[in-house]
Amino acid sequence: MAELKIRNLTKGFDGLEIIKGIDLDIRDREFVVFVGPSGCGKSTLLRLIAGLEDVSGGQIELDGRDITDLPPAARDLAMVFQTYALYPHMSVRRNLSFALELARADKQEIARKVEDAARILELGPLLERKPRQLSGGQRQRVAIGRAIVRNPRIFLFDEPLSNLDAALRVQMRLELARLHQELKATMIYVTHDQVEAMTLADKVVVLNGGRIEQVGSPMTLYHSPANMFVAAFIGTPRMGFLKGRVGAVNADGCAVEVDAGCRLVLPLGGAALAVGDPVTLGIRPEHLNRSETGPCLMEVTADVSERLGSDTYCHVRTDSGEPLTVRIRGDFSPRYGERLRLSLDVDHCHLFDRDGQAIGQPLQQVA
Amino acid sequence: MLTLKQSRRLTTVLTGTLSWALALLLFFPILWMLLTSFKTELEAFATPPQFVFTPTLENYLHIQDRSGYFKYAWNSVFIAFGATALGMLIAVPAAYSMAFFETRRTKGTLLWMLSTKMLPPVGVLVPIYLLAKQFGLLDTRTVLIVIYTLINLPIMVWMIYTYFRDIPRDILEAARMDGASTLQEIVQVLLPIARGGLASTVLLSVILCWNEAFWSLNLTSSNAAPLSALIASYSSPEGLFWAKLSAVSTLACAPILIFGWISQKQLVRGLSFGAVK
Repeated sequence: MAELKIRNLTKGFDGLEIIKGIDLDIRDREFVVFVGPSGCGKSTLLRLIAGLEDVSGGQIELDGRDITDLPPAARDLAMVFQTYALYPHMSVRRNLSFALELARADKQEIARKVEDAARILELGPLLERKPRQLSGGQRQRVAIGRAIVRNPRIFLFDEPLSNLDAALRVQMRLELARLHQELKATMIYVTHDQVEAMTLADKVVVLNGGRIEQVGSPMTLYHSPANMFVAAFIGTPRMGFLKGRVGAVNADGCAVEVDAGCRLVLPLGGAALAVGDPVTLGIRPEHLNRSETGPCLMEVTADVSERLGSDTYCHVRTDSGEPLTVRIRGDFSPRYGERLRLSLDVDHCHLFDRDGQAIGQPLQQVA
Repeated sequence: MLTLKQSRRLTTVLTGTLSWALALLLFFPILWMLLTSFKTELEAFATPPQFVFTPTLENYLHIQDRSGYFKYAWNSVFIAFGATALGMLIAVPAAYSMAFFETRRTKGTLLWMLSTKMLPPVGVLVPIYLLAKQFGLLDTRTVLIVIYTLINLPIMVWMIYTYFRDIPRDILEAARMDGASTLQEIVQVLLPIARGGLASTVLLSVILCWNEAFWSLNLTSSNAAPLSALIASYSSPEGLFWAKLSAVSTLACAPILIFGWISQKQLVRGLSFGAVK
């Protein structure tokens, strides 16, 4: 069992508030990812949970026990650092066993746990080496092994893959996902990379400016972002935004007149909207189609294109000057400055009010 | 016109010659001291100076007979290593807290500590002398150990601080997560990682203590006097005995020169204050 409850947590440095009242529940065996741009407070939040920083206010509970003021070692958590933070003067074996030695564990038990961790992470042949004799990926595995031998209630990962090259990052990402399945442990993972967040998480916590913007499963965040920040942050290439006004509101939904030159009716309910209200329409690259016919057509000018083989990401500009990205299947590259006609998929449009909050119910629930 | 190859060769030859000339210039006084120590007093005074002579050990035997070299040497060793050990005991925790728990006042404190090195020692001679007298510490090794510790502390703290600053904070935090107490964190993680820098600091402190003369001359006489005081005792009102003075100087310099020679590499690293990694 490992359930973490965070209540109204705050943290300030020199009068500057970094964490502004966080409430969060993490369930047993959940893989939770904190994601957000740099400086959003995600690493600070992790360090507060670890006990490496003192909280300014609020409470952290682990399995019903208040751990807010406990020192790191007494919390029964293990952390994997971005820089690996291996002890450079110790062999891999001692790096793995150090925590158990400090806890005065039985020698045979130490040996058994080290062997277990080495087997899980395939570190066997490296046990007598020093960290400097290891590659980046191997070091990362030792750092994870150091956490595993302690059998902690919760694993904390602070951007563990950001020092690895792209290929290794993908491989380690898969290994981490496999490890989570094998260990059946609760894990909290900090990253600024939303691909890592989307692929690893059971639950994603999107942070911005020391506050939680939204908590939910990766697909919830993708399909029903709570605000423009989450909508823009989750998904690559990012969602495009078009400014507009409410043209009409009735029982079927609301009509939006987009500045870029089209009018569409969105099947929205439950929104307090009045005719003339400024709104922002959000649309993802895969929900824009090159088309000559359709209900919501818009003329745009092609900018540059990124051809990936399977898809082409075509960057365009609307007549009102707003940038959009369109995903086109296959290899297609319009000339720079070419005029294109796009149709918008009304069922997958997102609407945001003047404060950037999503309006109404999710437009399209995806199971 | 010189070809590129020729001009490179010329540069090598020129810098080589210059380096050798400079090294000889710096080394010459030591060489002359060494030569003089094997001359008789008459030869030592001779003009023009003699480069060829029959070496004698007379001066060295005289020093051992008159003063007992090993008593002074033991005092030097005891004081230098005692002050260094005491200094390290204070400097390591000080540097640890300054490097890893920095506050707004840390930089100021460090600068203030260093500024005490700018104080002319003679300015505090009288109060320190009186204090030593009051506590009954005149002519004891204790007083020199305390004074040397205080003199060298600023530079020791600075050096260790710069070494500690190079150590990623994450490693210490990992130790903390692993359950290490502050003492375990310092002893089992920090010190082994910083051992190169600590060795340089120890070395520098030993050398500085060994060579110190001002306080040893003023605060000790016969019991606790180290080698630096022994040298001075050979410039007496009856006149200067160059050969004996050279012999005693050679004896005083030799241990630390050998010590320094062996640990040259560490010393260079230490003096560059962690800049060379």
